[in-house]
Amino acid sequence: MRVALFVTCVNDAVFPSTGVATVRLLERLGVEVDFPSAQTCCGQPQFNTGYRRETAPLVRRTVRAFEGYEHVVVPSGSCAAMVRHHYPSFGPRAAALGPRVRELTEFLVDVLGVTDVGAYFPHAVTYHPSCHGLRLLGLGDRPRRLLEAVRGLELRELPGAEECCGFGGTFAVKNPDVSAAMGADKVAHAVETGAGVLCGADNSCLLHVGGTASRLKAPLRTVHLAEVLASTEEEPWR
Amino acid sequence: MSGTFLGMPSFPRAAREAVRDERLRRNLRHATHTIRDKRARAVAELDDWAELREAGKRIKDRTLRHLDTYLLELEERVTAAGGTVHWAEDAAEANRIVTGLVRATGEREVVKVKSMATQEIELNEALEEAGIRAYETDLAELIVQLGEDRPSHILVPAIHRNRTEIRDIFRAEMGRWGRPAPDGLTDEPAELAEAARLHLREKFLRARVGISGANFMVAETGTLVVVESEGNGRMCLTLPETLISVVGIEKVVPTWRDLEVFLQTLPRSSTAERMNPYTSTWTGTADGDGPDAFHLVLLDNGRTRALADETGRQALRCIRCSACLNVCPVYERAGGHAYGSVYPGPIGAVLTPQLRGTTSEIDASLPYASSLCGACYEVCPVAIDIPEVLVRLREEVAGRGGKGHRLEKAAMKAAGWVLDHPGALAAGERIAGAAGRLLPERLPGPGARQWTDHRDLPDLPAEPFRDWWRKNRP
Amino acid sequence: MTTPTSRERILARIRAAVADAPEAPEDVRGYRTRHAPDDPDAVLDLLHENLADYRAHVHRAGPAELPELVARLLDERGARSVVVPPGLPEEWLAASAAERVADGPGLGPAELDAVDAVVTGCALAVAETGTIVLDGGPGQGRRALTLVPDLHVCVVRAPEQVVASVPEALPRLDPRRPLTWISGPSATSDIELDRVEGVHGPRTLEVVLLRG
Repeated sequence: MRVALFVTCVNDAVFPSTGVATVRLLERLGVEVDFPSAQTCCGQPQFNTGYRRETAPLVRRTVRAFEGYEHVVVPSGSCAAMVRHHYPSFGPRAAALGPRVRELTEFLVDVLGVTDVGAYFPHAVTYHPSCHGLRLLGLGDRPRRLLEAVRGLELRELPGAEECCGFGGTFAVKNPDVSAAMGADKVAHAVETGAGVLCGADNSCLLHVGGTASRLKAPLRTVHLAEVLASTEEEPWR
Repeated sequence: MSGTFLGMPSFPRAAREAVRDERLRRNLRHATHTIRDKRARAVAELDDWAELREAGKRIKDRTLRHLDTYLLELEERVTAAGGTVHWAEDAAEANRIVTGLVRATGEREVVKVKSMATQEIELNEALEEAGIRAYETDLAELIVQLGEDRPSHILVPAIHRNRTEIRDIFRAEMGRWGRPAPDGLTDEPAELAEAARLHLREKFLRARVGISGANFMVAETGTLVVVESEGNGRMCLTLPETLISVVGIEKVVPTWRDLEVFLQTLPRSSTAERMNPYTSTWTGTADGDGPDAFHLVLLDNGRTRALADETGRQALRCIRCSACLNVCPVYERAGGHAYGSVYPGPIGAVLTPQLRGTTSEIDASLPYASSLCGACYEVCPVAIDIPEVLVRLREEVAGRGGKGHRLEKAAMKAAGWVLDHPGALAAGERIAGAAGRLLPERLPGPGARQWTDHRDLPDLPAEPFRDWWRKNRP
Repeated sequence: MTTPTSRERILARIRAAVADAPEAPEDVRGYRTRHAPDDPDAVLDLLHENLADYRAHVHRAGPAELPELVARLLDERGARSVVVPPGLPEEWLAASAAERVADGPGLGPAELDAVDAVVTGCALAVAETGTIVLDGGPGQGRRALTLVPDLHVCVVRAPEQVVASVPEALPRLDPRRPLTWISGPSATSDIELDRVEGVHGPRTLEVVLLRG
């Protein structure tokens, strides 16, 4: 099977390790991965901030970059949600991309039909289900099923898991105090679990939570789910 | 640089104060989390909740699509049943009508049932100017009125107060308005409720004019519905000789049968009860039972403006249950006052800018008072897609430019250009990566400062993903 | 030409606002008409349970035991006077020594406030929500009677006055009559969003499920 990787702009620029992990994981599962180099950003930051007109060229670019592929894999719930839920308002060509774009856990569980991806991750981990994955995509228990099958991994319940971490795109800078308070509560909940690692499927949320944890000097590292699933005895995480 | 970049106006400023108020944070957290879990259990009892939600949404949508027809039908039925219907385009007109009606009775005081519409039009202040004293009789409204405070929640306007603060307000203020608080009043909720009962009793018994809102108005029968808990509503609707109800035009539902949906979804969504203690329905006036004069004031006050917006009009489905406030992480931390309106929380953030427009600083900031997490939409019993409306309103605010948004628009355009040119993007990423290691912990400048005041930046990678790909998967 | 009234202007604005809106889809009523099983005994048990859950005191009696029960309930709460709504079956109060107060023009709010209790029937009761509904019919009286006295004893005839659900209740009620739906004694959630019973309405609600 051949898929296109939509790495997303945040992963490209700030978290390339997540992109690399996604490629390694998919290839390990026998999937051939393409990276259409015309891709940049899905347009979500512009769209959610009220700049619909500025979003349109990015939608066109994304559609052109990926429309030749039957499967487009995105290691980000919120970017997948942008394409699936908001692209239809940009016309039929954009709408047609929606059903072919799958968030990473959807692709693994629904398309490949695997939950045990052969990963090894000897850490206590707690999982934060980001809002767009949880509510817009309805990822449900897919991330949990994948994590539970990872050897060595001890999954701990995150209190208040379904509550937003406070990132929210430009919300983080437009309402910095509320955003920071939400982030601090998320960090506190994660620390409370005793797991040293907070895992998520959206690096923009992890950028905020990890940055908050670091500022608060909390004993917490953040890691994208793709990196947990890519980790093996031979090639462990970090 | 002022704090106005990226539209940094009133809501964020007010929220900053609230976030730092430890007691307020505790009160709000305690109250919202208590009701959140209870609501979830009350809703889970009904295995057809999704169908009730869909039905409620459709009924409201159809009503709004033919609002003129249903209002005329309502007017006809209320009039036929002995009531008088008035139409008010805005707050000033509604206040004029009500003040005139009270004056005509010769009374100088009125008792009030908790009503969002009368809060919205600031009726109490208008009555006060006319020399008429309005007594709020809902417990939370009483707390707000005695404390010379502002409401901070749709259902529980004094949610920002804990029991000890309430006791202190009752002890200090009840005597100025009537019967003082009992000696030795403690902060036990049952004792506080008893104090309110004693304080308001004399006012109910002598009241000649009652003022209410309504949760629903049934077009086919001309029936009004008030849903409440304490019995203060029944007192105000039943004992006075004159009843004046001020109701937003969007509160009409077509048929008596439609209540079967909302009387199931409203109590469970608001107080997490199978049914609230008291629901009163009345149609015009009834011989020998209750008021012999009934006036209905139908209020527009911006509702027709909201109705004209294809996306925004869904906010008019709202049945004022408050479920969205109780699950909102932003409301929980910012508190109700930060929203600068009687409608706080997620529904306020979409309703207020539509009713009042987005030209003032606070109103223009409300569409951004959300992380778009979607918890509000999930619990809404009439399926208002609040995040969708927020984004639509952000377009309105951003499109107009104005304070803070010109710079933001330029930044968005620049980012858009870079993102539309992958070569430039890659170059930028490489420079950022190289510079990343040299950055100080806290960055100056708009946007960056708001980020680094609270969070560390990650170590930027040596190379972007696209470079790794080119080297490793040639 | 006359100046348009506010009514005309509001209606015109409404029509302009929705002029381009698509026709609203038909209602869908995919929800249940009832959740409780179709079994009168189970429905009665559910009513009992839900009334009690919201702090009403619930009793069961046959016609022969009713007068003694009503007398005892009034007595236990120290009620020395009781309002008798027009049309209340005489035998319901036959065993009570409480002073009977008939409704009439002299019974204003202040006078009502001096009465300890009220005994009524009802129009119907809703099991799923633990609700009794009064419509001012015989044995119920005007609304103030069940509002001002602090003790309300309400007799529900089972099974004929008991319905399972809200959708079953509405078609049996006449919207032209003033209705009062009562689910437990008066309560408030206004202090820290936690429920406390006993505010302005009757603080004690005794419900008697009277079986045929």
